[in-house]
Amino acid sequence: MTATAPASVTLSPDAPGAAAPALRAENLTLGYTKVRPVVHGVDLAVRPGALTVLVGANASGKSTLLRGLARLLPAHAGRITLDGNPIERIAARQLARMIGVLPQNPIAPEGITAGELVARGRYPHQPIFRGRSSDDDAVVAASLAATDAASLTERRMDELSGGQRQRVWIAMALAQQPRILLLDEPTSALDVAHQVEVLDVLRAEVDRGTTVVVVLHDLTLAARYADELVVLCDGRIVAQGAASEVLTEATVRDAFGIDARILTDPDTGRPVVLPRASSLGSSAVVSQERMQ
Amino acid sequence: MSAAVALGALSRTRRERRMRAASTTGILAAAGVALSITALAVGSVAIAPADVIAALAGTADGGEQFIVRELRLPRLTLALVVGAALGMAGALLQSVVRNPLASPDIVGVTGGASAAAVLAIGAGATGLAVSGSALVGATVAIVLVLAASGRKLGGTRIVVVGIAVAFLAQGVLGYALTRARLEQAGTAYFWLVGSVGSPSAPETLVLGMLVAVVAIGTVLGRGALAAQLLGDETATAVGSRPRRTRILAVTASTVLAAVSVAVAGPLAFVAFVAGPIARRLRGGGPAVLTAALVGAVLVLASDLVAQNLIPGTLQPPAGLVTGAVGAPLLVWLLIRAARQEGRA
Amino acid sequence: MRGAALLGLGLALAVALSLALGARGTDLGTVLTALTDPGALADPADAVAVRDLRVPRTVIGLVVGAALGLAGVVMQGVTRNPVADPGLLGVTAGASFAVVLGIALAGETGVIGLAVWALAGALVTSLGVGALARAAGDRATPALLVVVGFAVTAGLGTLTTLVLLGDPAALDRYRFWTVGSLTGRDLDAALTLLPLALVGIVVAALLARPLDALALGDDVARGLGFRLGAVRGGSLVAIVLLSGTATALAGPLVFVGLLGAHAARAAVGGHHGLLMPVAAVAGAAFVLVADVIGRLVAPPGELEVGIVVAALGAPLLIALVRARRAVAA
Repeated sequence: MTATAPASVTLSPDAPGAAAPALRAENLTLGYTKVRPVVHGVDLAVRPGALTVLVGANASGKSTLLRGLARLLPAHAGRITLDGNPIERIAARQLARMIGVLPQNPIAPEGITAGELVARGRYPHQPIFRGRSSDDDAVVAASLAATDAASLTERRMDELSGGQRQRVWIAMALAQQPRILLLDEPTSALDVAHQVEVLDVLRAEVDRGTTVVVVLHDLTLAARYADELVVLCDGRIVAQGAASEVLTEATVRDAFGIDARILTDPDTGRPVVLPRASSLGSSAVVSQERMQ
Repeated sequence: MSAAVALGALSRTRRERRMRAASTTGILAAAGVALSITALAVGSVAIAPADVIAALAGTADGGEQFIVRELRLPRLTLALVVGAALGMAGALLQSVVRNPLASPDIVGVTGGASAAAVLAIGAGATGLAVSGSALVGATVAIVLVLAASGRKLGGTRIVVVGIAVAFLAQGVLGYALTRARLEQAGTAYFWLVGSVGSPSAPETLVLGMLVAVVAIGTVLGRGALAAQLLGDETATAVGSRPRRTRILAVTASTVLAAVSVAVAGPLAFVAFVAGPIARRLRGGGPAVLTAALVGAVLVLASDLVAQNLIPGTLQPPAGLVTGAVGAPLLVWLLIRAARQEGRA
Repeated sequence: MRGAALLGLGLALAVALSLALGARGTDLGTVLTALTDPGALADPADAVAVRDLRVPRTVIGLVVGAALGLAGVVMQGVTRNPVADPGLLGVTAGASFAVVLGIALAGETGVIGLAVWALAGALVTSLGVGALARAAGDRATPALLVVVGFAVTAGLGTLTTLVLLGDPAALDRYRFWTVGSLTGRDLDAALTLLPLALVGIVVAALLARPLDALALGDDVARGLGFRLGAVRGGSLVAIVLLSGTATALAGPLVFVGLLGAHAARAAVGGHHGLLMPVAAVAGAAFVLVADVIGRLVAPPGELEVGIVVAALGAPLLIALVRARRAVAA
């Protein structure tokens, strides 16, 4: 399974099949202000060793939920547990060795190379005042290889394409050797080829035994890659399960407010979401009115 | 149907704008008159408002007439004129570079004028020579800032460049102050705060004439100034000549700022805050004349507060109030603007 | 790394020049003799010039420049603002206003006492500017923070004048002190304050890795296991100790932190573990060079180091905003 990484280094400490850690949200309420929570009392048991995709309309709370799971946002109510332990009781450094986070819009400092950036993912493993060891270098190299970014190691981040940059950022999260990887819209602002590139990397990570939770916009790509699809609407989970079961016309109408036809991809058997022509009708009415 | 709706909305906003302009001007003018009468009435000798009017009309008794017309009126006039000059200087520059942070006191113009004036005072100059020196200093500063900012005026580069020039001016000022004799340095420090306490009729007259000329120019060029806010390309597209507008406005702003510094010292932050306050009252636009009114009211109020409300024998200059009140106000305006921008 | 070596060489050269140059020219051999065996000098005045005048100002210049360079790196790191500088953001102005208050109101004269006032002033202004930056949130652009710093500097300047107007003697001392100068401070004073600066250096060193992480964004830093509150608090302590000590020793200097941090960034890149020592070297070299230039340009007198620093630093800041889109955006 570690075909792309040097044989001596495993990115995920657990061999595939070993008990993966269990991340759970229980009755979780989250928000940016106390008065208006964005996520309301959500229960979610992240399936260990699987690729979970969170989808939902804008402002449905999917990114907020992910930020909550990543401990970037404190819970107003409820709690998040890792293997049964509330995560706020786990030391920040220790947690960083178990959960890797790639938020939206991370900042690449001016002039930094891909290798230097990924090396910063080793910080949770390094005692203070100790520099980078050769072990660290091995993990960094393996992480870059795992995201197919080894050839970019000495390139500067500002010279890379959007897809390349995103793969380097994922490599940085992998260098933490996390057992769970949380990513907030890693494919936004990428063209379709680069989106597939990034999702293939995540798929490979899951195959290696890592648990991945990712927020995506594109329903069809989400359906294609998800082991578990979680649909959010107004801060609540409205459907959860295998994509073919979850993505029904009714769910899409309820969660996204459009009429859509659900087809089946003949290659993969996964659902494909196709908005119906008539659901664009409202704007046609507007333009007709303007003509009068 | 929808065209009629738009037409209705347009004429309604047009009416509202006019109403707002009229009410803003009216309120500011009323505040100015009320503050002026107060300024003439209060002091070491209190004079009833009715007697103030009588003194102005020349029908009061000799003592009161002397106090009002010879002591308090010149100071009042200077405060109004300096405030108007600073307000216009700030609003003009902020408008033509399309940046609310770019006022003469932030981008080093006031600093350049102050440093040059103190150098001149240290060299024994007085009166007109000090004004001329301040003008030279201000011109050097603005030319430096504009040249170093390059073409990208709309961005914040001009602000950082301007502050670099302002700190440079402070270095020059430090040099001048350490080379002067102690009592000269003391005078200079006092002057550097900014005060309208020692008015001279010719200086006030010169500054007043400058204010009048620029005000007329602003009225004539108000279309060009408004177009300037849309950016150079749009301004050109609507038939304006942005380059000429900019040169004229920057020149006017620099001259006004330099001469008011020479006459009254750098009253901190009046130029900076007058524009944003005026635009807020008016609901947008260059609002140069409104800024003049705001500036006049601000300086007058500051002088009143400094003279009458701050205890102690030492009479603090008006610039103390504008500096001490203006700095936090400025910061508050900045943060509020930043937050609004973030929300938009 | 070659850049770092050059900066080190520059510092060594600056130290040599600072010891050798002045109103009284002394060659390096004389300087060495004066330092090692003053009795052997033909002219005892050389020994006095080197040992009693130039050694103190060189040591003070080293401490002040290094502290400000380091403070600049920490400030730029914690604010992610490439034009952050203890002077530009008003922290040294806060320290210097507090010193004036200490002199005028509390009659403070001792080195330690004044340093305490300076630190308190630096603390209050740092907290204030930091709170404002947080209040502005994501919109706290580099320019906005610099304007806030300038407003703080100008406002405090006005208040300083008010405090001093009634007191000509204090005004006389203040006007020389506020320009920023390395002379007239005795070496013992510098050595007394050295422990404060050392604590600041240690705290800064502890921050190297957290600041590397913070450079990738708040969320990434937290994902890597760093607590933002602790990082910001530690940065505050380092900035206050370093810039407060520097201000207590030499008066409020602008641009030194800015220049130190950027020279270091150009030389060794963005890695704080390297950036910090190199910025300290660059800051120290800058202050000493400025001081030496000040001794030479206006004979028979001298220009205070603060004036030279402003004259050299302003074009630098301008060059920086012209070169970097990030600042101008």
